[in-house]
Amino acid sequence: MSLYYVQKFLYELNRDENLQSAYHQDRLAAVTPYQLTEEEIGALTGPDIGLLYHLGVNGQILMHFAALHQIAWADYLQLMRDGIEEHGPVREGVYAMTGYEGTDAHAQRLQSHPPQPNDQE
Amino acid sequence: MPLVYAGVASHAPGITGRAELADPEPRDAFYAAYQAMRDAIEATEPDALVIVAAEHFANFFMNNMPSFAVGMADSYTGPIEDPEWLGIDKFEAPGNRDLSQRLITEVMNTVDVAYAEEWKFDHGIAVPLHFLTPRFDLPVIPININCQGPPLAPLPRAWALGEALRRAADAVPERIALVGTGGISHWPATPDSGKINEEWDREFLRRWCDGDRESLLDYDDQAVYAEAGQGGFEIRTFITVSGAAAGAQGEVHFYHPIPIFAVGCTVASYRL
Ligand SMILES: [Fe+2]
Repeated sequence: MSLYYVQKFLYELNRDENLQSAYHQDRLAAVTPYQLTEEEIGALTGPDIGLLYHLGVNGQILMHFAALHQIAWADYLQLMRDGIEEHGPVREGVYAMTGYEGTDAHAQRLQSHPPQPNDQE
Repeated sequence: MPLVYAGVASHAPGITGRAELADPEPRDAFYAAYQAMRDAIEATEPDALVIVAAEHFANFFMNNMPSFAVGMADSYTGPIEDPEWLGIDKFEAPGNRDLSQRLITEVMNTVDVAYAEEWKFDHGIAVPLHFLTPRFDLPVIPININCQGPPLAPLPRAWALGEALRRAADAVPERIALVGTGGISHWPATPDSGKINEEWDREFLRRWCDGDRESLLDYDDQAVYAEAGQGGFEIRTFITVSGAAAGAQGEVHFYHPIPIFAVGCTVASYRL
């Protein structure tokens, strides 16, 4: 489990056109210098957007990785939903803070429990 | 000079990148409000635009994450995103290294900030600039608050940064316009993207307009996350502007949830 290095690879990929062309040429070779598990390597080289989201990758990095693979916005959102469906709640990182309950359940909870001033729940 | 302008506006990448997917009516009204903000800023004849933003792992990462960082360069580039994806062409925005240095030096008397002589703007700054200074002819001084990778600076520190910025602006001869940019409630780039908690937003904006320190700082990240999403952590940028406005009355010029933009689109300012 090395969420830090998965995100670091994506952070550097977003910034560095040379790394982007290296990744396009040979995905496995491009991710090899990072300290990653087999599962993470598979997710990054697939690419498996849903698994990356499940592993805890921040959407602010992940959405650019999806764009790099020409994945349309609506498809990107659906791939994350599918990833949660398949693998379960987000494992680590900021989205695991309070657990992920799914879009519908969350929308329902917000409706049935509108936030109050000074709500510290 | 005392601050000549203090306001806040949204910066979500969909605002420019997914423009054609939005309902034209609220979209165009929002763009018009942004245009009015530009006119109001230009009317103050500012020498520089200090923009307090929440960037998204474009320049700052968890290998060395500053709570607060201030740009100190004579020019900046952007957008770091694919221009086609963001709907904003590559640009070079002017900075003012000397002014940055003087502001930073004063700010550091009370708030520790990192400085950056190199900065590639992401949508957090590129989207506001696209509306506020589209010709890139106004020097920009970028400030970043870490709102992405916890641990985050506690809200009172965001307020203190605002107070320090006001003091620093007072101490220089230049006319400084200050704009904070962030989302209020939103769940950007996640499966919940498009969800907006309008009630929560309106309550936050009510407190923001009052400019009351106590009620603005009476949020806690766990509750914000539950009710307003991780995008809600960006209230720090709004709170910094409140700290700088020092009790002025605020006014919301535009607020409307636009789900395809993934945020309640906002334009507001203080009557200084
Ligand atoms: Fe943001």
